[in-house]
Amino acid sequence: MGLSNASGDLSTEVEVDAFRCLFPLRFYEKHLLESIRPDARPLGRARETTIALALAKIGSTTMLAAIKMEVMTPSLETPDEGCIAIDFHMPPICSPIVRPGRPAEAAPVVAKQLSDTILSSGMINLKELSLVSGKAAWMAYLDIYCLDADGALFDTALLSAVAAFSHLEIPVVSLNDDGKIVLSEEQGLSDREPVNKEKRKINLSSIPFSLTCVLHKNYILADPTAEEESIMDTIVTVVLDSSSQLVSLHKPGGTVLAYTSAIQDCIALTRQRVKELQKILEEAISGMEVD
Amino acid sequence: MEVDREDGRSQNQLRPLACSRNILHRAHGSASWSQGDTKVLAAVYGPKAGTKKNENPEKACIEVIWKPKTGQIGKPEKEYEMILKRTLESICILTVNPNTTTSIIVQVVNDDGALLPSAINAACMALVDAGIPMKHLAVAICCCVAKSGYVILDPTKLEEQKMKAFAYLVFPNSVRSVLPEGSLRVEGEPIENGIITSVTHGIMSVADYFYCLERGRAASVKLSDFLRRNLQQQSTDSSRAG
Repeated sequence: MGLSNASGDLSTEVEVDAFRCLFPLRFYEKHLLESIRPDARPLGRARETTIALALAKIGSTTMLAAIKMEVMTPSLETPDEGCIAIDFHMPPICSPIVRPGRPAEAAPVVAKQLSDTILSSGMINLKELSLVSGKAAWMAYLDIYCLDADGALFDTALLSAVAAFSHLEIPVVSLNDDGKIVLSEEQGLSDREPVNKEKRKINLSSIPFSLTCVLHKNYILADPTAEEESIMDTIVTVVLDSSSQLVSLHKPGGTVLAYTSAIQDCIALTRQRVKELQKILEEAISGMEVD
Repeated sequence: MEVDREDGRSQNQLRPLACSRNILHRAHGSASWSQGDTKVLAAVYGPKAGTKKNENPEKACIEVIWKPKTGQIGKPEKEYEMILKRTLESICILTVNPNTTTSIIVQVVNDDGALLPSAINAACMALVDAGIPMKHLAVAICCCVAKSGYVILDPTKLEEQKMKAFAYLVFPNSVRSVLPEGSLRVEGEPIENGIITSVTHGIMSVADYFYCLERGRAASVKLSDFLRRNLQQQSTDSSRAG
């Protein structure tokens, strides 16, 4: 088929592209036999990951996360806990299949998965978001915008959410005479006692990290691109936290049945990925603090 | 280890199961499934001509609509629809009727724990009632892990809320075959050990998860027997007017 000498010859290059469009599964299987993928990655390796501020990129998939804080009254059952609301948006910029009137099917599902993962992993202690017990607490609105959807949406979204929370600084506020919380201007100017002394960061414990894998026959491909996800329909997402506890193992259907060996391999790949991601996150945070 | 459950069940005991098919007359297939107090109704319409816009026309398409008991349709319903759709796509033979759409409507009648597994079981029985060709049945079970580490099956809503973590697992039904046992194994494991779908909530250790899988597989054998008896019994009652 001329795949090895596709660089020089124009006629064989055109054949390769046509073959890729007409018979995508066979194109991939020819690569899998050599234990490699079309973008020259080995099967178990994820794409290059970078974090800059709250913009996370895994390969071409790009997500931007932003957090807005608002003061609200806590509920009666949990008077000294704040609240986090997580939403995931897929604007039309991210993919040709998303149009303004037709929201992407994946968006509410990823939003709910993210919400469940972040709240159940215990990464954020909601008591840290409390201001005055029973009267005022912080409500954090986390919005994640997908700018480029090229596979592994949940992984990138989770990474950008974690990066956003790592950079979050809670502003200084004080209680004014009407009993309302207002933003304090500076330490010395205000004659009112501030509720918290300085801008503080949230303490994050047991941060969750995830890896999405695609199963096809006997092969396990880590971190699929959108093309790989559309051809091979069995997708497994494993979320582990920093103490190797399983936060979530999500496998919604798929033609390939997952046996114990496949699940163990996916979990092993995720453990490696957790170490890589921890290093990348630490570098990004320390890079920010230098500024 | 003795565990006290509120309704007196043992750790691995399922609630009483009840399933009836062909209960709705306009639907091409319908089934009602109840596990204890959780009751779900599923109806199947199809195959109808044409597929939706972004779907592959060379295969049959499955569409799921989830109706909660009360309230508006929000993100949890969309997630259930997606999981149900992918699970059913993997058990149906999609190449038999290309360029068609089969719609499955799930109506929650009562939610008392293990809602998604009940819905998957109900939808599967409704597909059988409609005569949609399938590779095998999907048998769904819910396993919970408690803070002290023991695993219980088929929790009620109260039990689900008290637990540290729970997992919804879907397996293919158990196989009864005349062929010798060795020929039906994949990678040294019988076919019914493979997982079709797995959705977990809450934190559990990896070892707990594998223990849940074992318990889930054992329970799926019991559920498969129940399904087999139920299907055989109703097929002999052919005098029921449709």
